Amino acid sequence: MNSQEDFVAALLDPQRDCPPQLKAWNGSDPAARFAVYRNNVLSSLVDALAVSFPVVQQLVGEEFFRAMAAVHVRQSPPRSRILADYGAGFPGFVEGFPPAASLPYLADVARLEWLRIRAYHAADAAPLASDALAAALVAPETLGALLFQLHPALGLLDSAFAVVSLWAAHQGALAIAGVDPYQAQCALVLRNGLEVEVLGIRPGDARFIQALQQGLTLGRATQQASALDAGFELGACLAHLLRAGAITHLAYDSERPLP
Amino acid sequence: MMIALPVHDANSAPASRPRLPERAGIGLRSQHYQQVLDANPAVGFFEVHAENYLVAGGPFHHYLGLIRERYPLSIHGVGLSIGAQQPLDTEHLQRLAVLLERYQPQAFSEHLAWSSHGELFLNDLLPLAYDSATLERVCEHVDQVQTRLQRQMLLENPATYLEFTGSTMDEAAFIGEVVRRTGCGLLLDVNNAYVSSVNQHWDAQAYLHALPLAAVGEIHLAGFAEDRDAAGARLLIDNHGAPVDEAVWRLYAEVLQLIGATPTLLERDNHIPPLDLLVQEAQRAQRLLDASRPARQQASA
Repeated sequence: MNSQEDFVAALLDPQRDCPPQLKAWNGSDPAARFAVYRNNVLSSLVDALAVSFPVVQQLVGEEFFRAMAAVHVRQSPPRSRILADYGAGFPGFVEGFPPAASLPYLADVARLEWLRIRAYHAADAAPLASDALAAALVAPETLGALLFQLHPALGLLDSAFAVVSLWAAHQGALAIAGVDPYQAQCALVLRNGLEVEVLGIRPGDARFIQALQQGLTLGRATQQASALDAGFELGACLAHLLRAGAITHLAYDSERPLP
Repeated sequence: MMIALPVHDANSAPASRPRLPERAGIGLRSQHYQQVLDANPAVGFFEVHAENYLVAGGPFHHYLGLIRERYPLSIHGVGLSIGAQQPLDTEHLQRLAVLLERYQPQAFSEHLAWSSHGELFLNDLLPLAYDSATLERVCEHVDQVQTRLQRQMLLENPATYLEFTGSTMDEAAFIGEVVRRTGCGLLLDVNNAYVSSVNQHWDAQAYLHALPLAAVGEIHLAGFAEDRDAAGARLLIDNHGAPVDEAVWRLYAEVLQLIGATPTLLERDNHIPPLDLLVQEAQRAQRLLDASRPARQQASA
């Protein structure tokens, strides 16, 4: 027999009776006391989601957010003892949560906020030494075969909605009234030093960075980005990544010559 | 599985065992990192929750590294689930070992409670029945932790809201037996002692006297919220979200009378006030520490 199993089931399901074998000194109904544990579990986990998804909460209001988060907590309690890991499944849950269907962009805002949490706690990695790329640029004939390793904090979101503007408006960076949420945007999330940054980037930049993350060569990544976005500018994109410390290593891929 | 740790006699501790200073410390909060570095507040040590720092990198490790260079550190685990009816999570224990190796804290503590079941983590400190099966299990887990971490751990007395019909011993006797069998120390949470005493209708003084006070390596002080049970009796909630109650300050002064100056942490995990207020609360504890006799361990130093 495992009494903790009963305890857990009752903690997560408010319809279940208080587990057996509990009592209070004064003979009062132990359910009222058990409710303290129920409330601690639920409210501490809802609080954790509220800390990780502040813009989602601002978009729907605190009452709606807490009710929505409570449903998620009961359906999907943490499977990690590290609370910073809790929330990875929340954007997907929001996407399928019928009462939130009138805000179709809400799930992508949650995805952006989750990328920020990941970026904040991601492993440290020193940026590429400034002369390393310069050395590579001296040999333009092999440039296309370059491979880049990007910072572990770096994340991308290619959204059908104006996620970057919605997020920025809730940081006070621009007026929410001027944001059209139904305009597609790509977001780049990275950690520059200790600060997590959210940047709106061109679709070509997003495709380029995604290709590099997948281990494609500079040549292949450029090709994919240009095919998608005629306005893609390799120099500007690379300069931007370098300035943000987002490139950590360079290598040549001898197996794959210039395309 | 037993580690070679002193049993019964805290004075036989090896001289090299790291110790927190017998001063008042506060919890380290991320919103205070820069201010701590700028202002060097006069606190004896900082305490962090282990699980908050089981992340790969970023600002948490950056700042904890800098602050650790200036202050003694206590690492307080909240996720080991020592009382669970299942084996300890050895991967979690391994991550803790790496964290302790990195930051070399003067103390490591965990709770007499459980928080995980199967793969689920409940993020709360859940209560235990005090019977022989639980005692065996808790001692086994404490042995395992001390063996893996190669150090003594402090076990914290819980705040509880109800009891189990199947308990066969009282909490203080249970804790005394765990300390005797494993050689672990006691993290005496005076707020928990007070909260549980009100909630369970115990005599708080008698509870304290029944604990293995010679094993206390650290004290916690915190605030509680107040509610009522189904019969209208006082039900105190250990929420770490309020200043320390006057009744808990009085109990703390009595504890210092009994055991002398002991490292004391002011715990605040919710409704975090400005750093200055936390430091002021710690200074109140520091004045009581200054007025109390030196700790018993000094005799053998």
